[in-house]
Amino acid sequence: MAELTMVEAIRTAMARAMADDPSVLVLGEDIGRDGGVFRATDGLLDRFGPDRVIDTPISEALFCGLAVGLGAQGFRPIVEFQFLGFLYPGLDQLINHASRLRNRTRGRLSCPTVVRSVWGGGIGAPEHHSEATEALMAHIPGLRVVLPSSPARAYGLLLAAIADPDPVVFLEPSRRYRSPREEVVDDGHPLPLDRCAVLRHGTDLTLVSWGATLGEVLEAADALAAEGVEAEVIDVSTVKPIDTGTILASVERTGRAVIVHEAARAGGIGAEIAAVLADEGLTSLLAPVARVTGYDTVIPLARLEHAYLPDVERILGAARRTMEYS
Amino acid sequence: MGSDRVVARFEIHSTRYLEPDGTPIEPLPAWSDDRDTLVDLYRAMVRTRTFDARAVALQRTGQLGTFASSLGQEAVAVGLGAAMQPEDVLVPSFREQGAQLWRGVTMTELLLYWGGDERGSDFAGPREDFPISVPVGSHASHAAGIAMAFQLRGEPRVAVCVVGDGATSKGDVYEALNFAGVRRLPMVLVVNDNQWAISVPRAVQTAATTLAQKAVAAGVPGEQVDGNDVIAVRTQVALAIERARSGEGPAVIEAVTYRLTDHTTSDDASRYRPPEEVTERWAHEPVVRLRSLLVARGWWGKDDEEGLTADCRADVEAAVDAYLHTPALPATSMFDHLHAELPAALAGQRAELEAAVARTDASAEGGHG
Ligand SMILES: Cc1ncc(C[n+]2csc(CCOP(=O)(O)OP(=O)(O)O)c2C)c(N)n1
Ligand SMILES: [Mg+2]
Repeated sequence: MAELTMVEAIRTAMARAMADDPSVLVLGEDIGRDGGVFRATDGLLDRFGPDRVIDTPISEALFCGLAVGLGAQGFRPIVEFQFLGFLYPGLDQLINHASRLRNRTRGRLSCPTVVRSVWGGGIGAPEHHSEATEALMAHIPGLRVVLPSSPARAYGLLLAAIADPDPVVFLEPSRRYRSPREEVVDDGHPLPLDRCAVLRHGTDLTLVSWGATLGEVLEAADALAAEGVEAEVIDVSTVKPIDTGTILASVERTGRAVIVHEAARAGGIGAEIAAVLADEGLTSLLAPVARVTGYDTVIPLARLEHAYLPDVERILGAARRTMEYS
Repeated sequence: MGSDRVVARFEIHSTRYLEPDGTPIEPLPAWSDDRDTLVDLYRAMVRTRTFDARAVALQRTGQLGTFASSLGQEAVAVGLGAAMQPEDVLVPSFREQGAQLWRGVTMTELLLYWGGDERGSDFAGPREDFPISVPVGSHASHAAGIAMAFQLRGEPRVAVCVVGDGATSKGDVYEALNFAGVRRLPMVLVVNDNQWAISVPRAVQTAATTLAQKAVAAGVPGEQVDGNDVIAVRTQVALAIERARSGEGPAVIEAVTYRLTDHTTSDDASRYRPPEEVTERWAHEPVVRLRSLLVARGWWGKDDEEGLTADCRADVEAAVDAYLHTPALPATSMFDHLHAELPAALAGQRAELEAAVARTDASAEGGHG
């Protein structure tokens, strides 16, 4: 057993999948000798060779398309994007091809690929490096969109994503890449996709989030406990399709929900969850569903980034307001 | 003055074996000395043309959706289809029915596809061939991925991709070619240069003298063929495929042809091109060209032609009949192939649709009664 960072856990999962299944390949920019700009593929070239760890030219539309061809031929390509802002040329392939090849051919051809990308802000990165646009992809029928919140969850969810017979977009929060560490058992056990994880049990309030902001959400839950409010914390994990059952069951008990996400508010996943709560959970609600999100602005550069990202204070503010309703 | 020297040069070769009137430009390739081989190509072109005409008629009578005819370009698709081996994989655009039919896609499947039924892309024949690609040029990278799969597994197979002249303006096509060049992938890209991309003529698409030379920047050999000469298309595409199969890497073949009819049944080409241009181009079309050679060699006569016409009509009518009598798709099928297994989160929506359909059916029955 070892305490791993998230990026180490991701590397460990890829190595495990590649060792277990010769059809698993890794493609992307600088992933070979360099080991990836965040070192997620460090050592994989030496271990698995250049036929399975493939440096590509800077052609983002291309590698998503390669994955379609390779996938149709029975390979399981893992495609790495250095940052989410550079995935956009590949969206054409994800939307028009990867997500619908199975449906278009009635199951004759399919695309078992994992598109991994660094996601989100908080590390003072340059422009276009801090995108949190998971909702863009979550809107696409046929795509699964998964965000891990910790090293162990990253390990298990990535194994599940690789094993899944259909395309999965796997978004890795860069600001959780190096800390905190967590014990990760490299036992090859996947965690279930399409399922929320309850990170903390509580009876007074449900906090719903995914990806990096769960760090702040868990901190807020501790602060609330000190005030006598027991918050349940749900890690949505797969934001498409969403396990609404777990969220609804929790809100049925707590009557209150605060949804926290880093992405811009309008048209975000939070809106979808709030709509489901209004639709199927209205009679349990004791307070309006609150959202703490990024603003509908371009995420600022390093100096103002902290003002954009949901922090513990904003989460606490929303939670306290929600608790005022009786 | 500093030094000034030429560091790279290129030439683009163009191949033709038959003059527009069918006169052979000797020597013809040895394979074309075989009557049956040439007759098969001729039959396939006529069959494609018969199919296209019938499909357009079906659309005009409200029995088919939008359809893209390949009138005038049959030699490109049939020639490249005939150049492939069954184990190769075709990654077509949307005007390659001649190649698809050659490879065993059925007319019924094509009609189902254009008639709005996804089952038309579940080919019973060439199971690994890709379906028609509508987003122009976006499938070039799929061919590269397939070629990469062949290379990684050490299989002597080739991915053959077809794009239009318009598609060569897309970055996707360049990205795929560039990568194919880097990895010497077993991939052949055939450009159906039919002079038009809907209403945009070839000259507005690019200032490049040929489309074949677009390969040069990617370090890939490129050449032109007369795309109305099926002997040239089959010969040059087969050479490129066999080179790719033996590990010599990718190639681009620009087949210069002409779209003799509207872009699709939704288009009216008289809005943007003069009818005289089309009339002039009829003198170059591929079917008469090959027939002239067959007749000159004494391999084809009036009876053969009548027999072929009747055969093609019968084939097409049988396919139309099968198409029109294919049982309807259940509405819920839209859920059934989205993922390998229906995600639990979608079960409710599927049930919702099932109930909505049942209600509609019930009220329709009530309406009749
Ligand atoms: C990416 C994309 N842009 C636009 C269209 C609409 N469209 C369909 S066919 C076509 C022209 C294609 O021309 P070309 O590549 O020369 O092929 P051709 O139709 O002549 O066979 C266009 C613009 C499309 N299908 N895909
Ligand atoms: Mg064209």
